[in-house]
Amino acid sequence: MFITVNGEAVSLREELSLKELVAFLHLEQPDYVTLLLNDRLVYPSEHGTTIVKDGDTVEYLYYMGGGQP
Amino acid sequence: MSLFLKREDFAAITAYARKEAPLEACGLLGGEKRDRDAIVRQVIFLQNTDRSAEHFSMDPREQFAAVREFRSHGWQMLGNFHSHPATPARPSEEDKRLAFDPSLRYLILSLQAEQPVLRAFCIEAGKVSEEEILITEKSVLS
Repeated sequence: MFITVNGEAVSLREELSLKELVAFLHLEQPDYVTLLLNDRLVYPSEHGTTIVKDGDTVEYLYYMGGGQP
Repeated sequence: MSLFLKREDFAAITAYARKEAPLEACGLLGGEKRDRDAIVRQVIFLQNTDRSAEHFSMDPREQFAAVREFRSHGWQMLGNFHSHPATPARPSEEDKRLAFDPSLRYLILSLQAEQPVLRAFCIEAGKVSEEEILITEKSVLS
């Protein structure tokens, strides 16, 4: 199956949860990754139960922020 | 390895940061990579959701919208910027800890002195290296 991740086609052998997809993509610091599935913002509490299916579009980005310690 | 930034974009970043001061201001840079250089084509200003003079956070929805805007032009996100209204243009420990993407440039604009100071950094696993910023006239980048 094929999905689109940040505008690029990605081939998967089977459906994955978003949490599994983050691991598959080797994204570091997954707690700081924000995910959009088919234009819907998916909250971290749903990452383990939200399944990515053939043809889905996933967007991700890292939290961006900073400040004085 | 250099980052090319149009003079008008530098002026716009400075104006936005001054308008937001004493709060920190932030935004995203989109454009093209050529070899190891980055050419900024568009700057998008975002809200600092922390509304703080010492911290900033970007709204993920605004981030996604900005990335889509860049992509619609065939560009990519090159990095971000934030301002330090009253401190030097160098990454704080918190800035380093929260710099998760080593492919991005992290720009900091200091308004501490009368003349603004803009510096660019690559940050990987907390290790910081500075990158040259070349302020250019528009025609140079066509």
